[in-house]
Amino acid sequence: MIKLTINGKEHTLDADPEMPLLWAIRDLAGLTGTKFGCGVAQCGACMVHLDGDAVRSCVTKIKRAVGKQVITIEGLSDNNNHPVQQAWAEIDVPQCGYCHSGQIMAAAVLLRDNPNPTDADIDIAMAGNICRCGTYPRIRKAIHTAAELQQKSLK
Amino acid sequence: MSSTTDISRRGFLKIAGLGGTALYLGVFPSATGAEATIVNAGQAAYQSIELNAWVYIDTAGKVTFVDHRAEMGQGSYHSVSQILAEELEVDLNDVNIIFGQGDKKYGSQVTGGSSTIRMNYKNFLKLTATAREMLIAAAAAQWGVAAAECYAEHGHVIHKKSGKKAHYGELVVAASKLTPPKDVKLKKRSEYRLIGKPLKRLDTPLKTNGTAIFGLDKRVPGMVFAAVERNPRLRGKVKSFDASAALKVPGVQKVFKIKMLVFKTYREGVAVVANSTYAAFQGKKALKVEWDDSGFEHINTADIYARQLENVKTKEGLFLKKQGDPDAALAKSAQKLDLIYQTPYQSHSPIEPLNCVAHYQGDKVEVWGPIQAPDWIQDALSEEMGLKRENVIVNMTFLGGGFGRKAFMDYPHEAAVISKEINAPVQVVWTREDEMTQGPYRPGITYRCEASINNGDIDALKFRMSGQNNDHWRDPKNKQQANRSTSEGFLQPYYDSIKNISFAEVIFETPIPSMWWRSVYASTNGFAYESFLDEVAHAAGKDPMDLRRQYLTDERSQKLLDKMEEISGWKNRKKNEGFGVAITECFASTVGQIVKVSRKAGGKVKIDKVWAVMDCGWYVNPDIVQAQVEGAIVMGLGAATMHEITFTDGLVDQKNYHSYQMPRIYDIPPIEVHIMENAEDAGGVGEPGLPSFAPALTNAIFDLTGTRIRKLPFKMDEV
Repeated sequence: MIKLTINGKEHTLDADPEMPLLWAIRDLAGLTGTKFGCGVAQCGACMVHLDGDAVRSCVTKIKRAVGKQVITIEGLSDNNNHPVQQAWAEIDVPQCGYCHSGQIMAAAVLLRDNPNPTDADIDIAMAGNICRCGTYPRIRKAIHTAAELQQKSLK
Repeated sequence: MSSTTDISRRGFLKIAGLGGTALYLGVFPSATGAEATIVNAGQAAYQSIELNAWVYIDTAGKVTFVDHRAEMGQGSYHSVSQILAEELEVDLNDVNIIFGQGDKKYGSQVTGGSSTIRMNYKNFLKLTATAREMLIAAAAAQWGVAAAECYAEHGHVIHKKSGKKAHYGELVVAASKLTPPKDVKLKKRSEYRLIGKPLKRLDTPLKTNGTAIFGLDKRVPGMVFAAVERNPRLRGKVKSFDASAALKVPGVQKVFKIKMLVFKTYREGVAVVANSTYAAFQGKKALKVEWDDSGFEHINTADIYARQLENVKTKEGLFLKKQGDPDAALAKSAQKLDLIYQTPYQSHSPIEPLNCVAHYQGDKVEVWGPIQAPDWIQDALSEEMGLKRENVIVNMTFLGGGFGRKAFMDYPHEAAVISKEINAPVQVVWTREDEMTQGPYRPGITYRCEASINNGDIDALKFRMSGQNNDHWRDPKNKQQANRSTSEGFLQPYYDSIKNISFAEVIFETPIPSMWWRSVYASTNGFAYESFLDEVAHAAGKDPMDLRRQYLTDERSQKLLDKMEEISGWKNRKKNEGFGVAITECFASTVGQIVKVSRKAGGKVKIDKVWAVMDCGWYVNPDIVQAQVEGAIVMGLGAATMHEITFTDGLVDQKNYHSYQMPRIYDIPPIEVHIMENAEDAGGVGEPGLPSFAPALTNAIFDLTGTRIRKLPFKMDEV
């Protein structure tokens, strides 16, 4: 048995310690917001926060998450109201929407570490997230909007 | 009600025989003006009254809209609702939206050809206006007043003079007993309160907090997981397999051989059933399979293009269109162009890998998944498994992208076959590698384009293509005629202004499964034909935009050209800037693009800006139209400059995103999209933005560097 803390809740899972966190989150803990896209850390659809770092859960073994805080898209905010989520809604970023759990989790870490990112900062932080629908222009715009929302909320 | 026969064919209520439950009444406006059909049971799932196939209202006033097509990013979930709410006079935020199951009452549910809105909007407007009038009539009768004194607003009927008000829920039962009116008045575009406005997509909140349920997220009680090792040579078979190591993987429950549809043929594989996706994947990795390759080992990309080239150089092919006599014009031409263009095989690679849940129970099967064509799945599974069509229940989830791939029936068929074998609900999950290496693909094509130029004017155009025809898998008869899409992408007005034009296809076959890929043949034709027109312009000593102006003489095209010139500053191009133009038609919409390129400090070429002008006629939501064009340009950028599928000895060389590179956020130039305003009928939106990007880019590169690119993909940093 392995104990994982996901979105503040403790889960006791009967799982191989080598199992990628992605499948433990989805199939064992039953949280399906985190997505499978490539399985080899190429697309970022599976991104979650592990003690505050953005990690690709498809290549992160669950043994590495023991004793740490895992946050998934479901746990990012209480009411879909993280500045990144608000900005995504304001700009209407998603099309199919499948990659956006990962995009939003990546953008949230960027904005925490860099409250006012430049386009070049966004290029670096978001380079690991593929959007097959091609919503990139709106992702960029929404991150700038989220930065403004975040600053307003701090005032 | 005066309606099209199309509506009547959509059938009437499915009577769900709710023995013992309350009676529910439904009404469906009939095309023939006959009495409304009154039935004594509605669909159990809704417990409400079906006003037509797309609208349900329960007696509490709750309104449910049905999106009968797949939502794969293109926005139908929202746009269908934005249309239905308009004439029904309900507020969009008060509406509940569900996906329609596979059901003939909706007509075609194949979500392709950018057809969801353009093929349905007129019916939607008429149906909802009819429903509204019946609700008004019911209220008027109840109050003993004239219907003309009443109006509908925010889901209520109101009597102007007295201020009496009833919500739709109070009226639906009475309304359902009325005869639908023969004629209903529809609003003018200027009177719309919803259509034409950039309203926020109704599915966005679900897609920012993980609550949208995609196929991969579907769970049913008792469900297990499966992965399948398929013959890597596209349609081959299993000779033998050793499951001993796979069965030792913790969680693996069962391993067996399966056979799944590849269009009308089959491929074989070995299924691994387990208690988690991970265990199924691990079991799959541990399998040892000996394959029977059935002669597919000869497929090689170089050979494919050599054969296609030989075809277009030596054969006339089957003519799809021919006007005038291009051969005669070419024979006596003073100035001739004769050029070859090639476009690659492409993988759809929707970001959500293929997956499907199926539960086979005795004489029926129910499936849930990211499905682009639920009606086709019904057909295929009932045929293959010997089930009644109505016993194949097909449920659509949200799709994590589709682009044509998810209209294919192999993965739902796999899920159904596995569920039948294990007698339990199962979710089959494809890995990215499975998806990329099994196809179907957009077919690679070779084009030969010839022109005769006389005193700087186009005298004749002769086009020939050779590449797989996606229609062949559906009906062998299609092999006797030219690919119906041979001229797709080419603008209609050219036929009026150029005397001699022909389009022909030299049939080319391989066993590679091929399928529509966003914008279908326009995505490849557009590159060949619009690159060629650019070359013709240069050969004729004309500005490429002026050449379009000369031959696109109709008012609609001229307005598009005006807009393109205006927003891009085409006439004020500076030295050291390369500008390229391309215009293509796709699914009844025309998109013109201008790409601007320049050299970076080190001399490499970069894209500075893309301007796109979309003429899709009547449209629902300008923000969704813009988003679709932006996305299509990004997808076009990937296909033009980053990835292709190649074959070596029958095996696909690309396995995942490391070898099939996708555009990333840092690759994307600024994109500006304009929508033409006019009174034309609706055209497609999801696909038409794609085809004109690649030729506009390569034409711009020629303008800047003098280097002509005639084969895709190419690498920007190798120009």
